[in-house]
Amino acid sequence: MSSNLSANRFVRRPVLSLLLMIAFVLSACDTTQLNNPYDPATSGLSILYSSFSERPKHLDPAIAYSANEYTFIGQIYEPPLQYHYLKRPYQLMPLTATALPKVSYLDAQDKPLPTNSEDYKIAFTEYLLEIKPGIRYQPHPALAKNAAGEFLYHHLTSAQLAGVGVLGDFDKTGSRELTADDYVYQIKRLASPEVQSPIAELMKHYIVGFEDFYRQAASLSLEQIKAAPMTGVTLLDRYRYKITIKGKYPQFIFWLAMPFFAPMPWEADVFYHQPGLKEHNITLDWYPIGTGPYTLQENNPNLRMVMVKNPNFHFEAYPSEGEPDDAGQGLLSDAGKPLPFIDKVVFTLEKETIPYWNKFLQGYYDASGIASDSFDQAIQFSGADEVGLTASMQEKGIRLQKAVTTSVFYVGFNMLDATVGRGEKARKLRQAIAIALDYEEFISIFMNGRGIPAQGVLPPGIFGFIEGKPGINPYVYDWRNGHPERKAISEARQLMKAAGYPGGVDPKTGQALILYFDTTSVSIDDRPRMNWFRKQFAKLGIKLVIRGTDYNRFQQKMRAGNAQIFMWGWNADYPDPENFFFLLYGPNAKVAFGGENAGNYQNPRFDRLFRQMRGMTNSDRRLEIIQQLQQIVRHDAPWVFGLYPEDFLLFHSWYKNLTPNLMANNRLKYARIDNQERMQKRRQWNRPVLWPLAFGFLLLLILIMPAVIAYRRRSRFTVQRLQKQDGAESVRIRK
Amino acid sequence: MIHYILRRFLYALPLLLGVNILTFMLFFVLNSPDDMARMQLGQKHVTEQAVDNWKHQRGYDLPLLWNAKATATGKITRTIFYRKSVGLFWFDFGISDSGRNIGSDIRQRMWPSLAVALPTLILGLLANICAALLMVLFRNSYLEVGGVVLCVILMSISSLFYIIGGQFLIGKELRLVPISGYDTGLDAIKFIVLPVAIGVLSGIGSGARWYRTLFLEEVEKDYVRTARAKGLTEVQVLFRHVLKNAMIPILTGVVVVLPLLFMGSLIMESFFSIPGLGSYTIDAIGSQDFAIVRAMVFLGSVLYIAGLLLTDISYTLVDPRVRLS
Repeated sequence: MSSNLSANRFVRRPVLSLLLMIAFVLSACDTTQLNNPYDPATSGLSILYSSFSERPKHLDPAIAYSANEYTFIGQIYEPPLQYHYLKRPYQLMPLTATALPKVSYLDAQDKPLPTNSEDYKIAFTEYLLEIKPGIRYQPHPALAKNAAGEFLYHHLTSAQLAGVGVLGDFDKTGSRELTADDYVYQIKRLASPEVQSPIAELMKHYIVGFEDFYRQAASLSLEQIKAAPMTGVTLLDRYRYKITIKGKYPQFIFWLAMPFFAPMPWEADVFYHQPGLKEHNITLDWYPIGTGPYTLQENNPNLRMVMVKNPNFHFEAYPSEGEPDDAGQGLLSDAGKPLPFIDKVVFTLEKETIPYWNKFLQGYYDASGIASDSFDQAIQFSGADEVGLTASMQEKGIRLQKAVTTSVFYVGFNMLDATVGRGEKARKLRQAIAIALDYEEFISIFMNGRGIPAQGVLPPGIFGFIEGKPGINPYVYDWRNGHPERKAISEARQLMKAAGYPGGVDPKTGQALILYFDTTSVSIDDRPRMNWFRKQFAKLGIKLVIRGTDYNRFQQKMRAGNAQIFMWGWNADYPDPENFFFLLYGPNAKVAFGGENAGNYQNPRFDRLFRQMRGMTNSDRRLEIIQQLQQIVRHDAPWVFGLYPEDFLLFHSWYKNLTPNLMANNRLKYARIDNQERMQKRRQWNRPVLWPLAFGFLLLLILIMPAVIAYRRRSRFTVQRLQKQDGAESVRIRK
Repeated sequence: MIHYILRRFLYALPLLLGVNILTFMLFFVLNSPDDMARMQLGQKHVTEQAVDNWKHQRGYDLPLLWNAKATATGKITRTIFYRKSVGLFWFDFGISDSGRNIGSDIRQRMWPSLAVALPTLILGLLANICAALLMVLFRNSYLEVGGVVLCVILMSISSLFYIIGGQFLIGKELRLVPISGYDTGLDAIKFIVLPVAIGVLSGIGSGARWYRTLFLEEVEKDYVRTARAKGLTEVQVLFRHVLKNAMIPILTGVVVVLPLLFMGSLIMESFFSIPGLGSYTIDAIGSQDFAIVRAMVFLGSVLYIAGLLLTDISYTLVDPRVRLS
């Protein structure tokens, strides 16, 4: 009897505890959405939910240079210029500046020149910038002052540091007006070896006095850097400053729309350089201070980054002009309304694509890219290769946005290589390979159709890109039935013959020509891609040897000029053809000069035309030169122009004002969320399904019951047997 | 006991130094400071000057292990090894090559790892022991055979399948918990329920089979027969006597992993977006951040040594016959 009781207790107590625990957990949750990863109390707020897969390395605008860093600092720091959100082609417009900079030219004696002066006469170009008055910084402890006007946290004591773990632990914050001096100070920071700006080396070639300042700054403290003059950067008054660059470089204006040229208050550097802060990761690299629409409220790159509206943000209205289609797409509905619309932006660390995708489908992320394993679930192709959403996506009201990126991926040839680089025969060999590499197939197999085969150096959206017949690469394509059509492989084989490799046979060896392809794509996932390349070269009878290597060794080979064929890509810094053609400019050759011309291509005519084009503003003449440059490169074929990738973005119907703008880093201020719709759909999509729990519990009981019954029967059987044995023994004793 | 602990501590010092040197050599055989600089500086506009500046600022412009140009002790102290590795012995992990304080990152990231790993260990242990004892209770019956087959099936399935399957079924289809994510304090509970459940389930196959073997060995011993002869029920025999006597091998497996719970699980943390230490080392290797790699390898070694010491001490607690000397 007692054993039965204890067995019952053994079974009942955990069950009871489990039920109580479930009841407790359920009572503490919003049971209508048990899978809600966010605080239910925030459901009604205008919050944009996004993610990041890799933690940003730097948030200092002088150092940050990658897209995942610009996602954050683009919303916080404000350079003087920005790109118009809706107008295409991309147009620069003032952000904190009152107008676009006033550009003037000077000769070698610093005498002004007329705007139409010839390039060789221009020794210097001046950019005069004027900042809008009244713009204020976000509240920040570095700017906090006491009643006497002294900075509260510029001489931190151990008492002030006690209990400080994050920037928000400082009680007081302050603000001040943005001045032109902050822009001047930031340019000096770019030249500081301590800051290590990635564009410092580049700017030495352009900004007057930058190199001297760079040398000088190595031995200066930050305070001295502020006081030290840089010849080419002059503070004119509280709101005006002037940048002088060497010669004529019209593309410099695009740099003024990048965070490198955003303002930095000197107080921030003084504050962050105090001992005791770096130990808690409280540095300028992690806690930005800007005038933009958002401030970084929570900075935990291991978990979540949260940005909230900057209470001091100056007035800026949503654009009232755009492209002809924009009004029809609802992109002008908010015209003239003050920005930003969203109160808070939450970026959550999400490393894997599957959970991210599922949370997007549940409505917990507002937008998503499409990973290859979700592609078929989201996208379908109609008969005419038209891309559309699947029925399940349409049912949810999800929308698709496509945009060809301002990037190019190409297969490059090392022009220093004896086989593929030098001479007319090598050129024919490259031409043959260009025809054989069927990038239409590559895009279809490996990119789910997300890309367009490249016809030249420039991607769509960049001045100089031409669509249709005049824009095709005549050495690889023919124009047929209104479309470019890749030349037949027989033409490539003819070229192989002309190159001295009939049937792909190397006359020196009598064997198939062997070429070497250097790549960092060495994982198992990359194997099909590499096999594809082998197959393409095999069409010409060439044996392709894949030399897989890690990133460092690959870079080393490229620097030493030891690679033969390689794959490379470039993403535009700014929407100007110069930012692409410079990748083929002779003085940028990687081996000789350590530049970005990875294939070490040299062509004096190309270089001359490039220099001419670089100094011009967009015009018919410039377009003509660009086409000449394209033709030279198509003829010489130092690259097999691979593809221009296409971005597919899915977003929910409650996400408003979303349009592809590949140049603007500050897009979040234009976005709006229809929160009512989101709440209603989330509730509808996320009702918990509880019956399988009960079913599972029942199944467990059914599984356990035979065990319990068997155990009890065995116990009873043992007792009965013992009782029988006892009885038999007592009979024997009595006898 | 104190002498024993002290001796073990002193043994650990050369061991840790060896681990440090080995990590250092392995890392720098594969990567030069130039490689590290280029990785940190990105791909655009990286010049030799920028690489030299980066190395100089972070002390990677010094010789690796021996500075022939320096004088006296400077030959050792003015090297990358000395500058970067000696501080580890007093747990000064320094600043990562990307500029973050490693100690602060470790302190922040170890708690989420622990929040998942500790309940997984405790619940997993309970579940494994109960399942093993039940199999022993019903030994030589169809229930035991069924249990063993189930265990083999469970242990044959990849942990990735449990994770993706769990996320799909519990998070996506039944919508009972968030698919992934993490939060601080009590809000973390809803995020760790699923990873813990998956951790327990995925470990039950191998765990229960291992413990079953231990219990079966014990259950045939004389003291068990004596306990049965006293009239104890089978449940009492198993839970009071067999379990207690099988504790030593269980402890060996459990106590040694206790300190390593802080280190987290790479796949689990990655799929559930738990900001633990699991992915910290892997990310650092990916970005060639030597400062983090050496810190984490050192920490792992220290914790492993601590785990072994704890195991030895725990023997004395469960088995009075064991004496440390």
